[in-house]
Amino acid sequence: MKKRTISLLSLALLGAMVIPGAAFAEEGSVLNVEVWNEEFKSRITDHYPGYEEVDATTGKIGDVTVNWIITPSDDNAYQNNLDSVLPGNVDAAADEKVDIFLVEADYALKYVDADANVAMPLEELGITADDLGKQYQYTKDIVTDANGVLRGSSWQACSAGLIYNREIAKEVLGTDDPAEVQEAVKDWATYTETAAKMAEAGYKMAATVNDTYRVYSNNVAGPWVQDGKVVLDDNIKAWVDDSKAAVDAGQTTTAELWSDDWAKGFFPEGKVFCYFGPAWFFNFCLHADEEGSVAYDGGWGFVTGPQSFYWGGTWICAAQGTDNPELVKDIILTMTTDNAVMKEIAQVDADCVNNTEVLAELSADDSGNLALLGGQNPYEMLAAGAENVDMSNISPYDQGCNEEFQGAMKNYFDGNADYDAALGQFKSAIVEKYPELTTD
Amino acid sequence: MTSNKKSRITSYNKWGYIFLIPFMVVFVVFQLIPLVTTIYNSFFENYMSGLKQVGPNFIGLKNYVQLLTQGDLLKYFKNTMIMWIAGFIPQILLSLLLGAWFTNPSLKLKGQRFFKTVIYLPNLIMASAFSMLFFTLFANTGPVNSILVNIGIFKEPYQFMSHAGTVRGLVAMMNCLMWFGNTTILLMAGMMGISDSLYEAAEVDGATPTQIFFRITLPLLKPIFIYVVVTSLIGGLQMFDVPQILTNGTGDPMRTSMTLIMYLNKHLYSKNYGLAGALSVLLLILTGILSLIVFRTTAKDELK
Repeated sequence: MKKRTISLLSLALLGAMVIPGAAFAEEGSVLNVEVWNEEFKSRITDHYPGYEEVDATTGKIGDVTVNWIITPSDDNAYQNNLDSVLPGNVDAAADEKVDIFLVEADYALKYVDADANVAMPLEELGITADDLGKQYQYTKDIVTDANGVLRGSSWQACSAGLIYNREIAKEVLGTDDPAEVQEAVKDWATYTETAAKMAEAGYKMAATVNDTYRVYSNNVAGPWVQDGKVVLDDNIKAWVDDSKAAVDAGQTTTAELWSDDWAKGFFPEGKVFCYFGPAWFFNFCLHADEEGSVAYDGGWGFVTGPQSFYWGGTWICAAQGTDNPELVKDIILTMTTDNAVMKEIAQVDADCVNNTEVLAELSADDSGNLALLGGQNPYEMLAAGAENVDMSNISPYDQGCNEEFQGAMKNYFDGNADYDAALGQFKSAIVEKYPELTTD
Repeated sequence: MTSNKKSRITSYNKWGYIFLIPFMVVFVVFQLIPLVTTIYNSFFENYMSGLKQVGPNFIGLKNYVQLLTQGDLLKYFKNTMIMWIAGFIPQILLSLLLGAWFTNPSLKLKGQRFFKTVIYLPNLIMASAFSMLFFTLFANTGPVNSILVNIGIFKEPYQFMSHAGTVRGLVAMMNCLMWFGNTTILLMAGMMGISDSLYEAAEVDGATPTQIFFRITLPLLKPIFIYVVVTSLIGGLQMFDVPQILTNGTGDPMRTSMTLIMYLNKHLYSKNYGLAGALSVLLLILTGILSLIVFRTTAKDELK
């Protein structure tokens, strides 16, 4: 009942004149959605009015069957899948057509490319700039093609910060107050000093060197690839030097992100002081539902950290050739512009939503307090961060470059190679992935 | 009369060809055509850049030149051979020993069927699952490390995946474990084909079991032995799944456990059919040469 009200309200607010069901009748009967995990599916299940779950990979919106095609990102499988289906999507059989696909920041430029033309311009769906007025500019920059045409929309603003373990902060720094903890990690020099204290007390500062990578790589002076040549930015080099020193001093490890060794710090016995992440990290990674985890007991705190950065985010794109344009339009508008729905997402899923009005509301009172952060309200910080994100240095090669660089440097950190040899391995890996690039 | 006989022969021949059809069809569709197209593709520049197709443009032997001059082909070949040999030597020794025991009539081993099944079992597990299992076992926070730390052998968990020796060793060990059962069965088949009268004669003449093994079993086992070495070599050159899963496709540390096929797989990220095709052709030639060398050296006597 409540959802129905929200739905009607949102439609009224948007001035849309369509009513679900009736207007979609002449559209395709199957909505195929390409995703790499369960995140968007659970957002739709919980927050999209009128969505009914049928089983793990199907649902219904009115008469339309929603088909979730989940291909994990591992080994590039998700993109390989998109690459094989999207170019021929216009000519595919009606029920086989992809209607919605999701992309991440690291490779968004590949799919919103004007020549590739696999993501529909939002204008063609009837979504105007006014509709998206409350979204943060950077979330639009990522999915804008070279001609300035917008081809995607996100419900998340993924400005990120430093998430610290309050217990450890109390023990080593003598306080768990965010303002004072921020003082101890305000820049890389003080961060390193704090890391030394942590190591002395038997704690790792961060779980792995790869935790800090995004913080450095977001604050570069130029993109990875300039005129077809791979360019190593000074700030990336700074990450290498700082990380090598930290590994040698026993302040962190070289485990891979997402590995068990990395995730052990989500529990008290993992002895890890901090992680770096945006709001989705709270909900998606910290094992907040699991008894005994630090998050379950509200043991985390959130501060800006040494440098502001963003990480990830999911954008919704309408696939060129979709036979459900009205439904796709409604999903995009509801999930990425509707205040009521987005506030609900923020409160239920601890997501930082891409909506200036909602974030202002959340930071103004206690409604944005998060239990897993010990009742701290992170939204003011997240909103301020989102305003400052600068996307001018992204390139379509970011994903490959970031992955290969971290992978190659692991050898240097582990002492299996000197810096030049590790850099050499990075370069040969890049040429394998992107034969059109040069490295010297 | 003669014409009658002749026609019967031809009609038999016809059946021979008819029975060959299924094999030939499968061979042509799944082996010959891919082989020819691979060679054809290796002369083209042909890859994807994002969603854009580059090529195919005919570039002659450029792919081969690039592979032989720029890449670390030799290094990956060396890695492959090291891991294969390190796994094959213990494997063949173990198999010979087990095969000799199982076929020795004077030992009368009990429960032979059971043990033959058990040693073959690792081969039934998918290589990737087996590899994943070892990855978990030998992770920094895995059970092997916690045992080693708890009984006091190491103070800190040993990073198995960050040392060339241990990664290669693990790959070799897994290959050995997975294949020694198969090799044992093959060698046993060879050993059982050796006439008992030879063994009996040797025993009557007072030969020791060691003498029997080295003077009778081994020489007569040679044809099967060569078959085992050549098939294992070809399998070894195509080593992929175990190190790929164990190192998450990186071949780390510093690509010291990257095999030729893992390197080939790296080119498939950009669907670089040209370069990958050239690499496959080189691999084909290499396999041919190595098999020939093995065959020539081990089968010297027969060829004379």
